[in-house]
Amino acid sequence: MLEMEEAARNGNYESKNVIMEVKGLTKIFENKLKAVDSVSFSVYEGEIFGFLGPNGAGKSTTIKMLTTLLRPSEGDAVVCGFDIRKQPQEVRWSVGVVPQEYTADEDMTGLENIMLFANLYGIPGDVARKRADELLMLVELNEAAGRKVSTYSGGMRRRLELACGLVNHPKVLFLDEPTLGLDVQTRTAVWRYIRILKEQYGMTLFLTTHYLEEADGLCDRVGIIDHGKIVRLGTTGELKSGVGGDAIELGIREKDVDLTSFIMKVDSVTSVVRENDHYRIKAPLGEEAAPAIMDAVRSAGYHVDRISLTKPTLDEVYLEYTGHKLRDEEANSQQVMAQQRTVRRARA
Amino acid sequence: MATTEANAVGGFQMKGEEQVRINKGMLHGLWALTNRELKKWYKVPVLLFLSIIQPVIWLGLFGKAMNFGALFTSTSFNIPGLNIPKATLDQLATQAMLSTFGTTDYFSFLAVGMLSFIILFTAMFSGMSIVWDRRFGFLDKLLSTPVARGSIVMGKVFSSIIRSLAQAAVVLVVAVLLGMDTAKITVVGLAGTFLALFLMAMGLSALFLMLALRSTDWQSQMAIMNLLNLPLLFASNALFPSKLMPAWLQVVAKLNPVSYATDAGRQLLLGVPGFASLGFDFLFLTAFAALFSGVGIFLSWRYLSR
Repeated sequence: MLEMEEAARNGNYESKNVIMEVKGLTKIFENKLKAVDSVSFSVYEGEIFGFLGPNGAGKSTTIKMLTTLLRPSEGDAVVCGFDIRKQPQEVRWSVGVVPQEYTADEDMTGLENIMLFANLYGIPGDVARKRADELLMLVELNEAAGRKVSTYSGGMRRRLELACGLVNHPKVLFLDEPTLGLDVQTRTAVWRYIRILKEQYGMTLFLTTHYLEEADGLCDRVGIIDHGKIVRLGTTGELKSGVGGDAIELGIREKDVDLTSFIMKVDSVTSVVRENDHYRIKAPLGEEAAPAIMDAVRSAGYHVDRISLTKPTLDEVYLEYTGHKLRDEEANSQQVMAQQRTVRRARA
Repeated sequence: MATTEANAVGGFQMKGEEQVRINKGMLHGLWALTNRELKKWYKVPVLLFLSIIQPVIWLGLFGKAMNFGALFTSTSFNIPGLNIPKATLDQLATQAMLSTFGTTDYFSFLAVGMLSFIILFTAMFSGMSIVWDRRFGFLDKLLSTPVARGSIVMGKVFSSIIRSLAQAAVVLVVAVLLGMDTAKITVVGLAGTFLALFLMAMGLSALFLMLALRSTDWQSQMAIMNLLNLPLLFASNALFPSKLMPAWLQVVAKLNPVSYATDAGRQLLLGVPGFASLGFDFLFLTAFAALFSGVGIFLSWRYLSR
């Protein structure tokens, strides 16, 4: 029933099955901090679903609950047909997890790490060996497989984590900040692996990120999460069109006249806001509205100083729904530092 | 990095027919986890060497220095005025040694105590690895797999047992080389001694792991270890027979598993009379091992995940 309702709401997915159903999931920590506040959503089989939000928004806590590492305070979730409260063991058999930290055992080789996790998933040795080789090939670590993880770079560690999380061929793969602190090259590679998993193997992927371009370029649907709550959920296209289309910035030489209502009369303009020395105009199709606006302004005898057109980005969507910008740089550098501390501790 | 994408894709076969052969038994993964810990040890011979050096130094320096047998014999010891013949003094000395240590050779007495010592000191470190695993997120990763929670704890217990028994074996060989009395050592005696040491290692490893289960802080774990290690050693019969200790200390020694493993070892390897019967030694050790392993497994289900 619910599947059908959900599917009806998201036109593109009418034929998809719900593989993960989350209802009212809440986590309140011992210090009364409400990390996740009654979160509900569905994830469809074979899609890439992303949680976008800043640090401390509750993304990792949600993943930890869905992968049975944390007990929810309230609410329920069904993952791959199993209740995370009542059937945690069955959930663990059917999902894979790629954590945010580098968790591989430093004293062992890449191959040994994968073999260990294969064993923990009950996979017999010969099958495990075959899978390990395939996975090492997928994440392009086959040449470094025999080296100790302590000699790996950050990007290699991240790719090894990915391989470890895939060893049981999970139905759903959870990735917590999969490209955090990676260089552009490795990030692109990780995105490529994720797309391969979706497109060639029909795997369902649930990932968290605070990179807007990651959510935008990689995810089929995105939930914007802030202060433990989902503030907006939809396909990236839906989210973008939700903010009122393209944005046009228009500067007029005549600063002392207010043209707001005049511009508003131009065809297809949906909103005009005057900000200091320029106007911020929204229109569904910017490339058609912009020349029309210029013509109208000129024919009325005013002079256009400058004009710019921006297509909506998730950045704006984010600003629109949370009321603040995603402090990308700051959050990023803090987390990367924390991660490097972990690595240093490990090496000491 | 040179691998092409086409290659990567071609190599990864998701749709497997092997699903049928998955081992879903309770014990799957136990040996893999045990072996993971062991690898860190046997692949670094320096570690093994370092961990054995301490008891060997104790044996060599302490055991040889505390030459109780020479108290009467090698000095010009006598009572002024009485000219006791040397032969009588020697006899007195022998009897004093026998009634105190059950053997005339303190070095052999101490050597068995050192076997317990190395087990105690190795088992204590079992807790540290779980603290590190928690800190690095490895524990969370383990917990997200379907491996039995009890296996996570027991893997560490077993690796600690294997490690400490191997070290005890090396210490025993060194002791023999340094002059331990081997007259009464038998295969059965050896097997019995290592069984006693096995039980003690199991109980102690489980105990120290339990103390570390929820800890994320290795400093406090170190503090607990330092608080417990020497008291557990001194308040046992490992260095000195408990029967000559003050009454209150005897009570502690009687509750201390280190005493029972040492006692069993002395009876089996040196043939000395024990402070408890062999049967009771093993009963106590078995109960100790079973109790703490059981509690450890129970607590691991409860407390490993939050």
